[in-house]
This record gives sequence, structure tokens and C-alpha cells, in this order.
Amino acid sequence: MTVQLFLQQLINGLGLGSLYGLIAIGYTMVYGILRLINFAHGDVMMMSTYFAFFGISMFSLPWWLAALVAMLLTALLGIAIDQGAYRPLRRAPRISALITAIGVSFFLENASLVVFGSRPRAFHRPAIFEPVWEIGSISVLSLTVYTIFITLALLVLVYIIVYRTRMGMAMRAVSRDMHTVPLMGIDLNRVIAFTFGMGSALAAVGGILWAMKYPQIEPLMGIIPGLKAFVAAVLGGIGNVFGAVLGGFILGITEIMLVAFWPELSGYRDAFAFLLLILVLLFRPTGIMGEELPE
Amino acid sequence: MNREASYARARQRWSRRTRRRNSLLSLAVVLLLTGLLYLAGRYGDEYQIRILNMVAIYITLAVSYNLINGITGQFSLEPNAFVALGAYSSALLTMTPVEKEMNFIIDPCVPWLAQVAIPFLPAVVIGGIVAAVFALLMGFPVFRVRGDYLAIVTLGFGEVIRVVANNLQTITNGPLGLKGIAAHTNLWWTWGLALLTLFVIVRLVNSSYGRALKAIRQNELAAESMGINSFRHKLLAFTLAAFFEGMAGAMLAHLITTISPMLFTFFLTFNLLIIIVLGGLGSITGSVIAAIGFAWGSELLRAVEEPINVFGWFTIPGIPGMRMVTFAVILIAAMLFWREGIMGRREFSWQWLLDTVMPGRNNGAREQ
Repeated sequence: MTVQLFLQQLINGLGLGSLYGLIAIGYTMVYGILRLINFAHGDVMMMSTYFAFFGISMFSLPWWLAALVAMLLTALLGIAIDQGAYRPLRRAPRISALITAIGVSFFLENASLVVFGSRPRAFHRPAIFEPVWEIGSISVLSLTVYTIFITLALLVLVYIIVYRTRMGMAMRAVSRDMHTVPLMGIDLNRVIAFTFGMGSALAAVGGILWAMKYPQIEPLMGIIPGLKAFVAAVLGGIGNVFGAVLGGFILGITEIMLVAFWPELSGYRDAFAFLLLILVLLFRPTGIMGEELPE
Repeated sequence: MNREASYARARQRWSRRTRRRNSLLSLAVVLLLTGLLYLAGRYGDEYQIRILNMVAIYITLAVSYNLINGITGQFSLEPNAFVALGAYSSALLTMTPVEKEMNFIIDPCVPWLAQVAIPFLPAVVIGGIVAAVFALLMGFPVFRVRGDYLAIVTLGFGEVIRVVANNLQTITNGPLGLKGIAAHTNLWWTWGLALLTLFVIVRLVNSSYGRALKAIRQNELAAESMGINSFRHKLLAFTLAAFFEGMAGAMLAHLITTISPMLFTFFLTFNLLIIIVLGGLGSITGSVIAAIGFAWGSELLRAVEEPINVFGWFTIPGIPGMRMVTFAVILIAAMLFWREGIMGRREFSWQWLLDTVMPGRNNGAREQ
């Protein structure tokens, strides 16, 4: 009984953790190369769900096409935010870019409240994600299983991009030394734009799966997942994409287990990630897979 | 007697005289302000007095927030959390057992708190201390490793405080909040706190501690190599800021007399961020000017949510929520195009004022 309950919660935790992980990759890559906490990342994820929502409801696209279009639009949004708001501040003190980032985040949240309204909207869950699978005595929503596999597949893709392509090599070089890289004939802004695009597209996948899971969307939905994904990134070791997903899994599983075995703590669920962040900073500031980043 | 020594003594005399002159001028301003507050309290209407109170609370908050963000250069997003801590702790301490019984209708208040009722002033100070203790608990792990995590830790803490305030039914009364807090706050308290905050922080910034904080902002590595313990200094600035923010929160609770978790959202922090950015990050004078301007300006900005009539031809309907969007645009635009703000990093000084008002005179300035 308890073993089954444990396995059940483990699957749920992996499902939730995948979503944190997908969002965390964007955080970790941007922090890795720019040393910038992109506060707007969670809100970029929120925007992706609205892109998909309007793709399905207004243009009646099939869900997978709507998701692809949303990924593309979100990537463009991420690049646009970088070019418009962060790029002019590359040479400014680091605090300037952080303030701008929080401004962009606040702007996206409130502009969405004005444009989309504060009322949550139901998000259509496609038929293939609907069935509930019975494995032994565990019952899982197929969406959860797909989510885990999509995350792992994307992680492999990210690995190939970061470690097996020229662009990936440039990204790793920028994270080592941003000032030397342009001297080697690499277009720094293209590398940064690519990073923002890739991170935002992954956040879009996470966001759309999130929207299908709950299945509703609202303009402030990005705040808490954004904060938790950052915690996941720090837990896994900031700057490391594997760490981000691993951190997401750990955070997702512990969170689900906590609520499953101590239901009286469920009100404090959102506070848990924060406590975890403090503990990580105290005892292992570089995270599980992280290495010391050069300042 | 050698020449060097006599020059040194003359310089000392000059600086003593200018310092005494500056103190007298500052004292005169405080007296003038006291008179104005007396008149305002006597003849001002309720709305004006409320705005004056808010101006003072904004000054307290902005100046202390600027200490950590502007002067030390550590980006944090904490004020709403510390204001909430100060507001809740002080309100719970001043409420009488009877009032608490009336408030806690779902679950009774915890016994150790239910019987407590202390006067306003100690409650305010305790509110500040509670905030400072939490600042210490947060700052310790964060400043040990990476200062730039401070932003996300404090942002997270702000959310957690809301979660906890909503869930700790027997202490905070949950989402219902606390009603009927005694209205102890008046112009004397709020402006007294604002002046105290200004006095302490200006003195701190002009001391060796302040120079160390600025050195950390400019280049932490270089500051450390000059023997500055950046961990201790950052922690000091953060804790002190939290202390004053907590006391401002206590003032706020006893001014509006009703508090609930919804009151202390991130929007409060965002307002303060706009104030310190527009005033000039790192300028105390700028924070004061911007706080005064903001308290009035944000009232004016309500206009963007009301229907706008264009030359009587047609009417743009009011859009609720536009005010927040405007605030966000102001902050981003200020960061991109006007990073100096009103004052940059300059500060007001009597010397500057005298030189401007009475140019050509020496005004006691040392020859350089």
C-alpha cells in the first residue's frame, strides 16, 4: 500500500518536476552567460500559454501546431525582451539590468491583466493526453507520462546543442569569459539572442504542458512556477542544464511527497521551495552539479 | 611653530565652524517643519493629513530601501515583506485581549499572544526588531555566497510571508486580517520616524561604514582587498534597512487600522523601487524628493484609469489596471534612458545651497 502510494506520488512528482525543469533551463542558461536573473522568465512562460490558447481558440489550429507557433512566438518574445530591455544595459552596473528585468516582469503581468483580463480561462486538453492509464494499481494521467518523456527528449536536444554544435561552444565560451569571446570573432549578441530564444521556447513547452495539466491559465500564473524554477536551477547548480532538470525533479518530488504524507502542511507548499533555497545556499551554494562560476 | 601645524589648526577651525553652521541650519529646518506639521495638523483636512502621513512613511521606506539597493548596490525586493512583518507584529501587540477576541472569530488567538497588550511605542520598536531578525536570517546565507541571489530570495520571502499570513490562522487571523487596530499614528509619529531614519542613515553613510558600503557597490573585490569585510557590511546595511522598514510598517498598520495579507503585495515594493530609481540610486536626497513627488504623483496617475475625453470629440473609456502598466513602463524607461534619476549620486548639502543662493561669497568654504 505505502509502496504503491509512494510510486504514485513519485510519478506525479516527476511530472511536476519536469515542468520546473523545463522552465529552469532558461533561467540557468541566461544566468550562466549574463549573470542576470531574468525575472521575466516566468511571465514569458505565461505569455506562451496565451499564445497557444489564442492559436487554438481564435485560429482553430490543431493543438500541436498551436504549440509550435506558441514556441516560436515565445522565442521571439524572449529575444525581443533581451534586445529591447537588457542589451542597452550590458555595460551598465549589474543592478540596472536586474531592475529592468523586474520592470519587464511587472509589465508583462499587468499588461496581460489589462489585455486578457484577470478571469482564468479554461485551456483545452488534447484527447491524447486525456486517458488515465492504470499501471498495476497506480493510475496516471497520460499527460504526466508524456510530460516526463518530452522533458527528457528536450534535455537530450539541449545537450546536443550546447555540447555538440558551434553555437553551443560559443555559449559555453561566453559563460567563461564574456569579454574575450567577441575578440575571437564570435558575434556576442547573436549568441545571447540564441540563448534567450532557446530558453524561452523551452519555457513555452513547460508552460503549455502546465496549462494542459491544470487545465486553465491566468495572467499571474507565471510568478510562482518562475520562482520555483529558479530554486530548481540553483539547487541543480546554476549554469548547468542537467542540473536544472535534476533540480526540477528533486523539487517536484519533494513538494508532492510533502503534501501527500503531511497533508496539514499543504498550505505551506509554496513556502517549501524557498526554505530549500536557503538551505542550498547555506550548505551547498554551488548546487548539486554546479561548479564555481567566474564572476 | 611650524607652518604645517598652523595650517592644520586653521583648517580644523574652519571645518568646526562650517559643521556648527550646518547643524544650526538643519536644526532650523527641523523647527520649521515642526511648525508646518503643527499647522497642517490643526487646519488640514483629513485627506491632506493622510497624504502627509503617507509622504513620511514613503520617505522612511525609500531612504532605508535605498541604503541596501542604491548605496550598497545589492538588489533586493524585500520592503513589502518587512513592512508586513512590522505591521502584523506591532498590531498584534497593541490590540487589547477584547479586540483580539472580536477579530479571531474562526480560530481563537494563541494563548501566549491573546493576553498581551502593550503601548504603541514599544510595539513599533518590536515591529522593527522582528523585521530585522528576519533580515539577519535571510541575509546570512545569501551574503555568504552570491549577493545577486538576494533579489530572488527576498522576492520569494515576500510571497512566503503572504502564504504564512494566510495560513497561520491562530496568529495572523488568516485572510480575514486584523481590523480595528487603534489609530495611534499621527503626523508627529510618522514624521518623527522619517527624521530619525534620515538622521541615522545620513550619519551612517557619511561614516567609515558608509564609505565601505559605497566601496562594495563600486567594486566588491577591490573593497575586500582593502580590508573591508563585505559580508558584515552588507548584512549590517540589510538589517538596518529592515529595522526601519518594519517600524514604518507598524506606523502604517496604526494609520489605516485594518491590515490583511492582500495589503502587502509586491506592488508596494515596486512603488519604492520606482521612487529610488527616479530619485537616483544611491542618493538619499533623491529618495526624499522622489518619495514626496510620488505620494502626490501616484494620486494624479489615477487619471489614466478614468475615461479620457479628447477635445470633446470622443471619449476613451477608462481601462482598469492601466496604472500598474504605466508604473512598469516608467521604471523600464527610467532604467534605459534616465539612469541618473533626479539626483544621480549627488547629495544635498548646505554648502551647495549657500554657494548657489549667494554665489561669489566664500561661505566658509575651504580653499582647495
